[in-house]
Amino acid sequence: MKNNLQRENGRWGQRVLMPEQDHHLRCRNFDEVNLGLSEEAAIAEARRCLQCKSAPCIAGCPVAVDIPAFIAAVAGTRMAEAARILLADNTLPAICGRVCPQEEQCEGLCVLDRKGQAIAVGYLERFVADWALRHPEQLAPTVIPKASGKKVAVVGSGPAGLTVAGELARMGHEVIIYEALHDTGGVLRYGIPEFRLPKEIVDIEVARLAQLGVCIECNVVVGKTITLPKMRNEHDAVFIANGAGLPTMLNIPGENLKGVFSANEYLTRVNLMGAWRQDHATPIPRSRQVVVIGGGNTAMDAVRTARRLGAARAVILYRRSEAEMPARIEEIKHAKEEGVEFVMLTAPLEILGDNQGWVNGLRCQAMRLGEPDTSGRRRPVPVEGKVFELEAQVVVNAVGTGANPLLTATAPELGLNRWGNIEVDTTGQTNLAGVFAGGDIVRGGATVILAMGDGKRAAGAIDTYLQRCKGRPLM
Amino acid sequence: MFEIIENTILAPNVHRLVVRAPRIARVRQPGQFVIVRADVHGERIPLTIGDADMAAGTITLFVQAVGTSTLQIVHTPVGGALQDVAGPLGSATEIEQWGRVACVGGGLGTAVLYPLAKALAEAGNEVTTIIGGRSAPYILLEDELQAFSRKVIVTTEDGSHGRQGFVTAALQELMEDPRRCPAVVFAVGPVPMMRAVCELTRPERIRTIVSLNPIMIDGTGMCGGCRVRVGEETKFACVDGPEFDGHLVDFKLLTDRLSMYREEECRMLSQLPEELRNQIVTVRR
Repeated sequence: MKNNLQRENGRWGQRVLMPEQDHHLRCRNFDEVNLGLSEEAAIAEARRCLQCKSAPCIAGCPVAVDIPAFIAAVAGTRMAEAARILLADNTLPAICGRVCPQEEQCEGLCVLDRKGQAIAVGYLERFVADWALRHPEQLAPTVIPKASGKKVAVVGSGPAGLTVAGELARMGHEVIIYEALHDTGGVLRYGIPEFRLPKEIVDIEVARLAQLGVCIECNVVVGKTITLPKMRNEHDAVFIANGAGLPTMLNIPGENLKGVFSANEYLTRVNLMGAWRQDHATPIPRSRQVVVIGGGNTAMDAVRTARRLGAARAVILYRRSEAEMPARIEEIKHAKEEGVEFVMLTAPLEILGDNQGWVNGLRCQAMRLGEPDTSGRRRPVPVEGKVFELEAQVVVNAVGTGANPLLTATAPELGLNRWGNIEVDTTGQTNLAGVFAGGDIVRGGATVILAMGDGKRAAGAIDTYLQRCKGRPLM
Repeated sequence: MFEIIENTILAPNVHRLVVRAPRIARVRQPGQFVIVRADVHGERIPLTIGDADMAAGTITLFVQAVGTSTLQIVHTPVGGALQDVAGPLGSATEIEQWGRVACVGGGLGTAVLYPLAKALAEAGNEVTTIIGGRSAPYILLEDELQAFSRKVIVTTEDGSHGRQGFVTAALQELMEDPRRCPAVVFAVGPVPMMRAVCELTRPERIRTIVSLNPIMIDGTGMCGGCRVRVGEETKFACVDGPEFDGHLVDFKLLTDRLSMYREEECRMLSQLPEELRNQIVTVRR
């Protein structure tokens, strides 16, 4: 089989393509864009894997999934085994298979990537995870281990919180997650849109945790409803993963005009509050021309959402060039296919408004790339005299988020860095005994999988800590 | 789910709800609010915590039905439940001993004012309360405020109760009397009222605290939808407020931003049965 493929498609065969919803249709609906591989396509793709002994792909995975092993199982059509291997290392594979930046991780290190034909690890992960969701009867039943008698509180039910909870529950610890919003999932629910990550997937992953005995309490704002010291006294350990929920302001004139949103607000209205659906009460403006400022995944999510809400012209405004964009390659490709316009090397100077206080455009400065800055990317510098205007009825600021001080402000003894992020060691331990942290509250704005990696590492450290400690240290 | 223990009508379309929320009851402080969602399709609505009973594990909310979501909240019967109640959110009122304090409330603002006035009185301040409304039925909590105020002055636009006119006239008189002139003014009500109070106190340099009610989503500082301009800074009312120095607040911006979803609100209202719609339109004017 492998030899046939090699003859047909060059020596290493062609990387499989992801079947997608037609872009003419999908830019007007919220259904998932990627349709998932067929079993035949998945098996063929798995059979391209060289099964390298050194397995560089594993080193690229923040949760160290045994990638060659699960791919070998798919190649041998042993799907239940593939699912078992995948789920042993990754609590949320159906989510990672959809939102991980694989090109920078496993696939970026694949030997075949040099030929531009890296194994589609992400597609295969999603295939196996979705197969597992459809065939629960073929998976080993959930075994709830003997209770350790230890109780851990987790702040936030986003990717870091869900991962740490799953890992700790499998170790026999009692876990309770406190979620500030009215629904679970954190950024998976309020941030990432339905067309990229159907909320049904989040529901199923959360339900799986519930089966393990994890309890999730919504509407509990840690720092307000309960304090960190109180939580610490009532549990044997605490893991803080409350995310990077603080929008970075542009600090340019016109930012407070009506129709100017932070990406957090724009996406929360649509995703968490269901503003795109007729049966939900929360409104969102459906405007003709929408400009989104920023070049990351959040910017792509916002601009593609704007298209789906009916924008005839949806624009990405980015101060560097496309090569420097932090967004996943797939998101950029999808956005372009959906008719999103990319205005590169442009920085906003001012947001313009009408006499009713509504935004009606942006005054922009053309930029060019100068010398590399501390991040290694070439610094954008203004091109003198090149200023122009863009029309817009909605402007979304997606330049980034910072650390939300709501929790940390009420726990002054917790060590923070100068940006307000919680400081931790390599295991996720903070300066307070028994208090661990991970995800965006530690990293600033990062990815789902890095947050999950933090959760997984911290779970190991928390387990070690719980086995060592006898009582609850007082704060 | 958060059970409704009591639901009483205080004024046309204004209800007092007592809701079981023990965690919030235990820690809430005057000036703080909760975010409420009536059901799984509802909006997140910020509501001031009017009072709390720690022993009973309940909080009191004063809700005016001004749109479909608030209508749904006030129509939740006793024994029914609100889907979500999150809080307490926002910063607590800075309660100090200032001596003479004037508390000025307009319309539903009086309900927001009530916990502040009570806390100020309990801290040993001499509280004069001025409350206003369109006409007698719209005057809220007069007896409750009387319990701890040195004096309660009522104003109505039509003169049907108390003095005819606006709260500002009563405040001005107070300010002109050296024996009664307040050291600090707390003003809560419709934006034009708060703005008028601030313009009155500004030349006299009387510290004036207002409580702002911009449009909000999460209430935890995550979305920035509730941003307000205070002096040279943009603040988030949900975490930095809701109370601010009124002399620094950009009321025009607040008014503008509050009108953001007027079209959608009108469309939603037009879908209501006529009787309910008329009630709300009367209240909103």
